[in-house]
Amino acid sequence: MRIGELKLTANIIRQNIIKMLIPAKSGHPGGSLSAADILATLYFQVMRVNPQEPNWPERDRFVLCKGHAAPVLYAALAEKGYFPKEELLGLRQTGRMLQGHPDMKKTPGVDMSTGSLGQGLSAANGMALAGRLDGKDYRVYALLGDGEMGEGQVWEAGMAAAHYKLDNLTAIIDYNGLQIDGRTDDVMSSAPLSAKWQAFGWHVIEADGHDIKKLMAAFEEAQKVQGKPTMLIARTIKGKGVSFMENQAGWHGNAPNAEQSEQALKDLKEEAANLG
Amino acid sequence: MAEKQATREAYGKALVSLGAENPDVVVLDADLSKSTKTADFAKHYPERFFNMGVAEQNLMGTAAGLAAAGKIPFASTFAIFATGRAFEQIRNSIAYPELNVKIAATHAGITVGEDGSSHQAVEDVAVMRSIPNMTVLVPADGEETRQVIKAAAQYKGPVYIRMGRLDVPLLFGEDYHFEIGKANILRDGTDAAIMANGTMVAIAVEAAEELLATGIKVSVVNVASVKPLDVSTIIQVAQRTKAVVSAEEHNIIGGLGSAIAEVLAENAPTPMVRVGISDTFGESGRPQELMEKYGLTKASLIEAVHKVLIRKKK
Repeated sequence: MRIGELKLTANIIRQNIIKMLIPAKSGHPGGSLSAADILATLYFQVMRVNPQEPNWPERDRFVLCKGHAAPVLYAALAEKGYFPKEELLGLRQTGRMLQGHPDMKKTPGVDMSTGSLGQGLSAANGMALAGRLDGKDYRVYALLGDGEMGEGQVWEAGMAAAHYKLDNLTAIIDYNGLQIDGRTDDVMSSAPLSAKWQAFGWHVIEADGHDIKKLMAAFEEAQKVQGKPTMLIARTIKGKGVSFMENQAGWHGNAPNAEQSEQALKDLKEEAANLG
Repeated sequence: MAEKQATREAYGKALVSLGAENPDVVVLDADLSKSTKTADFAKHYPERFFNMGVAEQNLMGTAAGLAAAGKIPFASTFAIFATGRAFEQIRNSIAYPELNVKIAATHAGITVGEDGSSHQAVEDVAVMRSIPNMTVLVPADGEETRQVIKAAAQYKGPVYIRMGRLDVPLLFGEDYHFEIGKANILRDGTDAAIMANGTMVAIAVEAAEELLATGIKVSVVNVASVKPLDVSTIIQVAQRTKAVVSAEEHNIIGGLGSAIAEVLAENAPTPMVRVGISDTFGESGRPQELMEKYGLTKASLIEAVHKVLIRKKK
């Protein structure tokens, strides 16, 4: 895909994040919007996947460690054709397949059930180990939040991935600087993130998480790294693309009301028009 | 004295043969491979053994990922760390997505001995049993462990296997048949029944023999499969004997005794006495001395049978 098309895809994903939260009346817009460019780049450019065969053994895997950003994953999967887009409107509703946090048993394309922070990277490690054991060349991608750095298990997994030299693993931190209670630097600082991951034995790349060209270059670089897992620290804006949500911790876990949704979609459509 | 073997010892051997039979079997440990006996597997199949270091949460999460990619991981550490430290990883990363992970925990119960209470899991069966999708197996001897490991590998889904540190008498030969969801009646008697698992099975058999010498005929049922529970055998034996004693090296809250009481209360109310650890923590000591101090002996089972027989007669 050309970069312009990827930008448009990210925009559509963002619009669908807003649209699915309206009937759900709950959910997490901030951290979903911040990750839209990353997911668009992964699913529409980088990852080897086949929506017609979600469990294809040769596929690249994606683990959404920050499971509360489920809307961005669902919007990307629907856009990619894993399931009909109408399903998006059933988000978080009884009897429907789109759970509040990703459920690999219910949703085609979800490679790991997540939601409890800190657990995803370990599962990604396991997939990467299995791939290597089977002599398969698939890659594993894991998206973490910066607030998630507070979980001890992340660092256990970080240590293990380097110990086992998992160069088929690329993790990404959606570094938006905010968590539920406020600024990550105030709540529980994880700085300096880059130095920490380097010290843990990872190849670290820092990039603007909304610059698709830079994201593509980062993923390409990660594929060439040998003997080390790669951590892409992606600087992002929580709520990106929706004027009143940008950089507001309050939009971590609240759905917009009708009026706000209208404004949000207006912002995003304007952006789309400028892209077109 | 009968020949003895620790269930963890049998586990180590079973893993090695399983490794030869099935290339998808992988083993993870948390720096305890010499104690859990996974070290043997590591020696035979180093490329399929992953030491996770002292990091049980990551151990369980990694096992989940391996299973999601088609492997059959056996994740081993002490029961207390598997089910305590990594409870939520087991719950959310393994049981909820129903991944094919076998949590093979050793050093369960107070027979851990000298290391003391911090290392003695007395609540592991209770917490594992309460997780949806989880199968819970507690083998009694070496042969049953061998069969439990094989059955767990063949079964698709999460399994918790509880094993001990201590050498225990070998009760079963190769003609013994373990099946997930089935209890085995080892002794038949109509006066009362002892339903036991793990280390308490051998003790229950001894108690039944001593009671028989005094004219009391006691059934002994080995309930290695705590979940799924063999409800029909339990009801059937309870209805025939009308007096049930449960026996487990576990807190009397939430374990085998509770599981049996739940079934009987709803289906066949029967006088019952639960023998187990009486809602208390253990301590350091020689395993045999602790079993005596905490009432997990032949004498306490005989006393429990007498107690339940009085209630049966009322």
